[in-house]
Amino acid sequence: MLLQIAEPGQSAAPHQHKLAAGIDLGTTNSLVATVRSGEAKTLVNAQGRDMLPSVVRYTRDAVIVGDAAMAAAVEDADNTIVSVKRLMGKGYGETLALKDKVPYQLIDQQGLVAINTAQGIKNPVEVSAEILATLANTASETLGGELNGVVITVPAYFDDAQRQATKDAAKLAGLNVLRLLNEPTAAALAYGLDSGQEGIIAVYDLGGGTFDISILRLRRGVFEVLATGGDSALGGDDFDHVIVGYLQQQTGEAQLSHQAMRQYLTTARSIKEQLTDSDTVSFSLPTANGMLDGTLSKAEFEQLIGALVKKTIRACRQVLRDAGLTSDEIVKVVMVGGSTRVPLVRREVAAFFATEPLTSIDPDKVVAIGAAIQANVLVGNKADGDTLLLDVIPLSLGLETMGGLTEKIIPRNTVIPVARAQEFTTFKDGQTAMALHVVQGERELVDDCRSLARFELRGIPPMPAGGAHIRVTFQVDADGLLSVTAQEKSSGVQANIQVKPSYGLSDDQVATMLKSSMQYARQDMQQRLLREQQVEAERVLEAVSQALNADAELLSTTELAGIKQALTALATVKQGDDTAAIKAAIEQTNRLTDDFAARRMDLSVRSALKGHNVDEV
Amino acid sequence: MNYFQLFNLPAQFDLDLTELGSRYLQLQRRFHPDQHAAGSERDRLMAVQQTANINDAYHSLKQPLLRAEHLLALRGLKISHEQRSFTDPSFLMQQMELREQLAEIEQSDDADAVIDSIERQLQQQKKQLLQQLSAALQAQTAEQDQQAADLIRKLKFFFKLQQELELTEQQLQD
Repeated sequence: MLLQIAEPGQSAAPHQHKLAAGIDLGTTNSLVATVRSGEAKTLVNAQGRDMLPSVVRYTRDAVIVGDAAMAAAVEDADNTIVSVKRLMGKGYGETLALKDKVPYQLIDQQGLVAINTAQGIKNPVEVSAEILATLANTASETLGGELNGVVITVPAYFDDAQRQATKDAAKLAGLNVLRLLNEPTAAALAYGLDSGQEGIIAVYDLGGGTFDISILRLRRGVFEVLATGGDSALGGDDFDHVIVGYLQQQTGEAQLSHQAMRQYLTTARSIKEQLTDSDTVSFSLPTANGMLDGTLSKAEFEQLIGALVKKTIRACRQVLRDAGLTSDEIVKVVMVGGSTRVPLVRREVAAFFATEPLTSIDPDKVVAIGAAIQANVLVGNKADGDTLLLDVIPLSLGLETMGGLTEKIIPRNTVIPVARAQEFTTFKDGQTAMALHVVQGERELVDDCRSLARFELRGIPPMPAGGAHIRVTFQVDADGLLSVTAQEKSSGVQANIQVKPSYGLSDDQVATMLKSSMQYARQDMQQRLLREQQVEAERVLEAVSQALNADAELLSTTELAGIKQALTALATVKQGDDTAAIKAAIEQTNRLTDDFAARRMDLSVRSALKGHNVDEV
Repeated sequence: MNYFQLFNLPAQFDLDLTELGSRYLQLQRRFHPDQHAAGSERDRLMAVQQTANINDAYHSLKQPLLRAEHLLALRGLKISHEQRSFTDPSFLMQQMELREQLAEIEQSDDADAVIDSIERQLQQQKKQLLQQLSAALQAQTAEQDQQAADLIRKLKFFFKLQQELELTEQQLQD
């Protein structure tokens, strides 16, 4: 834990080139990209395609991902999972509105949404893991080796449960996640707006299933997300559905079977895409009463989707307000997502921001390209350390208080990582446990917010009512993920926290899935765990050695000898195959270097501001 | 934790915000978890905690009311959660008048003019109180610290009114 202190502009140590990739895990399509010879490019699979439809088909004895799955979407709609991103981190009850919109069967799996397939019940995390594994495989084959790490993008609007689900999916796919990166931030990186550009940038991201509007500030090479907004259930899919509604009016088919729905959707999508370049389009749609031939003009189409596009502009106005800005302060607008090809969208965005939006990079690829650039930096291939991404938490975190009200602990748009502590006391004499309910959202009533997790604090020392003071710390990391710790102040007793995610999988569930998944049945689980500990041991050895090289004078002779001994022991045991022994040696090294690390941290804080004198101010 | 110390800035109310911002970014550059993404688990955990501290400190020093509260807390005077009623009748009258004006915006023929007028009053009051606050905090006496605490409480009312005014303005626009 010797925090490696990397000076900006110099790498901590010479590194060999590591393999890293950026993954855009999209609602409709997913992509993987990497930086090679200094250039970020999307990677193509064996079929020569870089866009992988985010579609997974489960047959009785196989899992098919991508184009082949998409091809079966009509004939085998029940077992072909499309738009799974919309289900990530959701409770069954929250997806009821989607029930008629997705052609497969959603079921209630202990409150969580899951899908009934020919291979049994699959949850959204498992389905997403299949997509991620397929993309990682494309990358490994192209690059000729296993990936050291990936950056996966998520909508800036994703809440904790949705982010956690994405990370769980990566874990299940056996990927090392360097960072979950907000899609709009990735897009701005792709345009290289981090270098040279100064000012406020808006990223308008209208994908298949989500709409994000983000306001970024670029200043002295620092990327700061000032505010994010949008709608996690609005996207190009909705354009398709409005066209489907129009087609239904024409055919008079009010009720559609899953299969017919698929047919209508395919036709709708094709109409939408053609209307980008044509003023009118003719279509043929097979229905129960024969073929329907018709035409749709661009003007009619724009009338159909007008309200949806207006909705995105309203969100733009709201986010500018959140950031305390006006539209004329925006210097650049980046367009992301296939739906930004729709001319009406471009027109409305240009009109609102009074500037022509950036569209030179393929809006479908721009996010993956930005993710690849960031992955390359984070894995340590590019050690200039110049880009600093400061993200914010997209939705306020709060606690349920008396009467079903919410008390905000961390307001939205607070820069992360962040930690906030809150004190609680006991109601009754001898009370030893306490329940807390964490929610995410902006509304006053708990019922109007999204339930994130219920925490139970146990092991509070028995005291008279009001005697125990429990300090609960909520920490949100750079990926936007929440963790909670609690301590009773007078006794210093660490209360146990049992996390029951409201719409996520518990750690145990993820571990069980990992063990039972096909992916790892083939591998030796033990072997994998051993390898993980060996990698961690290498990291610790490297970090401590560097710290000793830099600041050994902070240690007494005895301390130094102790640490050196621990390092030797760790290096020795790392060669063997005893996973538990390696783990113990890592922990021993960490214990012995705790104080050293703290001293180095203090020194580093001071030296970071070296050259600044109090007198100067 | 002394936030002023973290940024190596003098513990005083009048702060150079540009300088604070630049020191904040310098610390972020060094400690942000992204700088340690390839590091050991403990590296990453420590980076998260350290950055959370830096963010918290910056947040508290950037805003005048929080900065003043932090200064008082460093001097042993905590005011965050206590409730105290005001005995200053003219302040209460003023608050009531402003609230009445705020309530009348929607019925007014020229809402923008009313909003502008309230906005001006608020700005003026805030500016005045902040100047008094600065002076009180500079004195560094127990008596003046109490005075500063009172000013913070008053300022909170004005900041709250400001928020409500912005909300009303938004509602009118929608």
